[in-house]
Amino acid sequence: MENFQYDILNVLPELTVLCMAMFILLVDLFIKPQNRFVIYGLAQFTLFAAAVFTFQTNTLGVSYAFSGMFVDDSLGDVLKLMTYLGSSIMLVYTRQYQKQRNMFRGEYYAMVLFSMLGMMIMISGQNMLTIYMGLELLSLCLYSLVAFDRDNPRASEAAMKYFVLGALASGMLLYGMSMIYGMTGSLNISEIAVEISNIGQHNPVLIMGLVFVVAGLAFKFGAVPFQMWVPDVYQGAPTSITLLIGSVPKFAAFAITIRLLAQGLYPLAADWQDMLLIMALLSIIIGNLSAIAQTNLKRMLAYSTISHIGFLLFGLMSANLNGFASSLFYISAYVLMTLAGFGMILLLSRKGFEADKLDDLKGLNQRSPWAAFMMLITMFSMAGIPPTIGFYAKFTVLQAAWQAGFTWAVVLAVLMAVVGAFYYLRIVKLMYFDAPTDLSPIHAPIDMQFVLSMNALALLLIGLLPQVLMNLCGLSIVTSLQ
Amino acid sequence: MNLFNQHILSFAIWLPILAGVIVLLLGSDQNANRTRWVALVGAVISFLVTIPLYTGFQLQIGTFQFEESASWIPAFNIYYHLGADGFSVPLILLTSFTTVLVVIAAWEVITKSIAQYMAAFLIMSGLMIGVFSALDAILYYVFWEAMLIPMFLVIGIWGGPNRVYATIKFFLYTLLGSLLMLVAFIYLYHQTGSFALTDYYALPISMSAQIWIFIAFFMAFAVKIPMWPVHTWLPDAHVEAPTGGSVVLAAIALKLGGYSFLRFAMPIAPDAAHYFANTMITLSLIAIVYIALVALVQKDMKKLIAYSSISHMGFVTLGFFMFSQLGLEGAVVQMISHGFISSAMFLCVGVLYDRMHSRQIADYGGVVNTMPIFAAFAVLFAMANSGLPGTSGFVGEFMVILAAVKFNFWVAFLAATTLIFGAAYTLWMTKRVFYGAIANTHVAELTDINAREFIILATLALLVIGFGVYPEPITALLQATSAEFLTHMQTTKIPIISSVPAASI
Repeated sequence: MENFQYDILNVLPELTVLCMAMFILLVDLFIKPQNRFVIYGLAQFTLFAAAVFTFQTNTLGVSYAFSGMFVDDSLGDVLKLMTYLGSSIMLVYTRQYQKQRNMFRGEYYAMVLFSMLGMMIMISGQNMLTIYMGLELLSLCLYSLVAFDRDNPRASEAAMKYFVLGALASGMLLYGMSMIYGMTGSLNISEIAVEISNIGQHNPVLIMGLVFVVAGLAFKFGAVPFQMWVPDVYQGAPTSITLLIGSVPKFAAFAITIRLLAQGLYPLAADWQDMLLIMALLSIIIGNLSAIAQTNLKRMLAYSTISHIGFLLFGLMSANLNGFASSLFYISAYVLMTLAGFGMILLLSRKGFEADKLDDLKGLNQRSPWAAFMMLITMFSMAGIPPTIGFYAKFTVLQAAWQAGFTWAVVLAVLMAVVGAFYYLRIVKLMYFDAPTDLSPIHAPIDMQFVLSMNALALLLIGLLPQVLMNLCGLSIVTSLQ
Repeated sequence: MNLFNQHILSFAIWLPILAGVIVLLLGSDQNANRTRWVALVGAVISFLVTIPLYTGFQLQIGTFQFEESASWIPAFNIYYHLGADGFSVPLILLTSFTTVLVVIAAWEVITKSIAQYMAAFLIMSGLMIGVFSALDAILYYVFWEAMLIPMFLVIGIWGGPNRVYATIKFFLYTLLGSLLMLVAFIYLYHQTGSFALTDYYALPISMSAQIWIFIAFFMAFAVKIPMWPVHTWLPDAHVEAPTGGSVVLAAIALKLGGYSFLRFAMPIAPDAAHYFANTMITLSLIAIVYIALVALVQKDMKKLIAYSSISHMGFVTLGFFMFSQLGLEGAVVQMISHGFISSAMFLCVGVLYDRMHSRQIADYGGVVNTMPIFAAFAVLFAMANSGLPGTSGFVGEFMVILAAVKFNFWVAFLAATTLIFGAAYTLWMTKRVFYGAIANTHVAELTDINAREFIILATLALLVIGFGVYPEPITALLQATSAEFLTHMQTTKIPIISSVPAASI
């Protein structure tokens, strides 16, 4: 019984989110539509409460719960706190958009919280079943959220595509896990690592299992050659949902990659390094080249995501603490940039108008110099130009890859970064050098404007003083993986 | 005051940036006059704080002075480390001085988004001073890249009809080179565990690694200088840029490349620098001779001056790679002098363009009849550009040619042809634009320069003649530093094997 109390303490944040999500569903039944802001408040409160609990139960060490199914370590805590923060920002950005499209409903907030619960379980999963459970909870919520705007055929199409391909990827991941279970006789991440060291690295079934696991992970990240769903889903989904899909779930995907590859399958590092290398290079090349040809901003950002994932894999494939810490830094920077980028689309959208064409940004500097400046910072950050956070993100992963001996890959990635700079510059060109075609004023709630400004300025400020975030990433990786 | 004395370089960097931010916040097109005055005050103060760098400079010391160091990103051992030596001090002063000129030159000319225009130049000025004074590779890189952003916007927003093409070309060209330099820094970081420039100077590196490092740096700096054959972005950027943009590009941005050769490429990889010396000299001579011939056939005045800049920068790289004190000092003098002369030339074109909205030589003729005062200045600067003795244009070129004679007669011979070609293209342009009968009614309606334009041109004229007659203030700064530099360059960095002086390899 004492043990159970201890276990409960470890999952307090998860329990909070679960209970509140159900509570919100319940409250929504009894509340008048004009009072829905209460639901919004409850959702934000949930995130805050979860953050408080996560912060209070944090330990520098590693503690396990539920017979090793669940782990509470500093990596998990940091990722969860970042997830809350990202989700909270996302809720601020999407409120007005949801209202204008008649999607400001209780289910939306419940579903977002459930998907976040899925992410939290993924982040803390120490057993392949826990990880899979969290992943499915997240994925199912996302599939239905993409189709949330029922009358929009594009969204339904995107949801269908996402669901079919996502189910396939989950199947692959599960298949790989079953092979690994077959060889090692365990589902527990730490035990798997020990078992593989005993079996030896050259077991064909293990390698097959690894291939399927890596394929499943790559799908969730959207790395080439498993990227097909990304542009369609990004473009088809309502922008508020694209913002969700593109941002915080990457933390969870990063966490399960660390758990599976860097902890469980670490003895097979030599094998998955090669796989990640190929995917990383392909992602950077195909992502950047395809982004040039896009005219839809959401689709362009989708391809830009693919190339960012390529850079992220550069850190992971280094397969050392330096590399993992740098990719954690990269993913944090990436989520911040994505939030700002899609936040800007939401800011410019209004009832009956989606600002998702590149041309919708034309002359933004004349319409609103401040908004244009925020987008300018975001674009230069995505391109990796100092003094923005994007530069340090690229710098850290590239130096890690260089240290791990991937010299030519680094040079190639750098060359592709120049290609990438082109399409980000094109956005700046549209905003600053072209005359506006749409002169309607920008209306947005004051809290959204404030948070968006803070978000974009953070890209610059963390760029000037990256030390705090870098230390946080380094420390959480070191204490959790050693 | 003590705080100021210990952090002169920080003030020199951050004051203009702060002034730029203030201008952005306070300024607007409705309050154009306030915007201009705030910008001017900011630029003048920023210039004044750089003066102690000259007055407080200790001539006999060849290493870094005014040093500041603070930990910035401990995770990667990156420091906020600044310092200046004889190479950087004149360039820092040139930068802050040119910014004042640019602000005055834009006074009535720029009417669209004036606050953003002024702020861009002020911020750029701070960033470029940062490049000239950073002694930590990442700090340097941040300044180096960050200055692309305001320049990109300046050309793109206030530029000519083909500005988008020009500015994107400028950005991508420079970015490509810079990123390869970043790779070189990453390599050096994993060798030394730090980004400190002094650690890189002391690091022994094998010949093959030095060659790769030098190539990576070359890609970054050659684009910036620009050397033949990676110069093609410059004429486009110059032609499309507004006058202020052209002035900053020619007077300072090109010097970033030259300075960086002295600060990074050559001392970090001295053996590779000797190895590539003949290649570099050949490329410089091609720039000097071939680009001068290209300049001869230009129909657009700005394009002509742009090509003339490339040709003159050829002298700078030529001076560097002969590894003699005279050549080196000549090259730096040439950089400073070119900063004045090219600014002046671009400002002259700006004066004409503001009145006629054309840069085509064919649209002019007989300007001297309607604008006599202006024509006097323009002819003086044209003479300086073609290297007339008594102007600063002569000093640097002459020093480099003298050094070249010692180095190899034929190199000197080819370099000296510039005195003919330079005179040919500059004076021919002057003849067609200023002399002869009044070409058309537009020229007949021209009004001579106003007080504002007079002040700018007169200041530059004084400097051009002043340094032409008495270049000692610049050369005195350089002596100790260049001696120190050459001593460093004579020592091989190749580990063990032999202690043969690098020059004999």
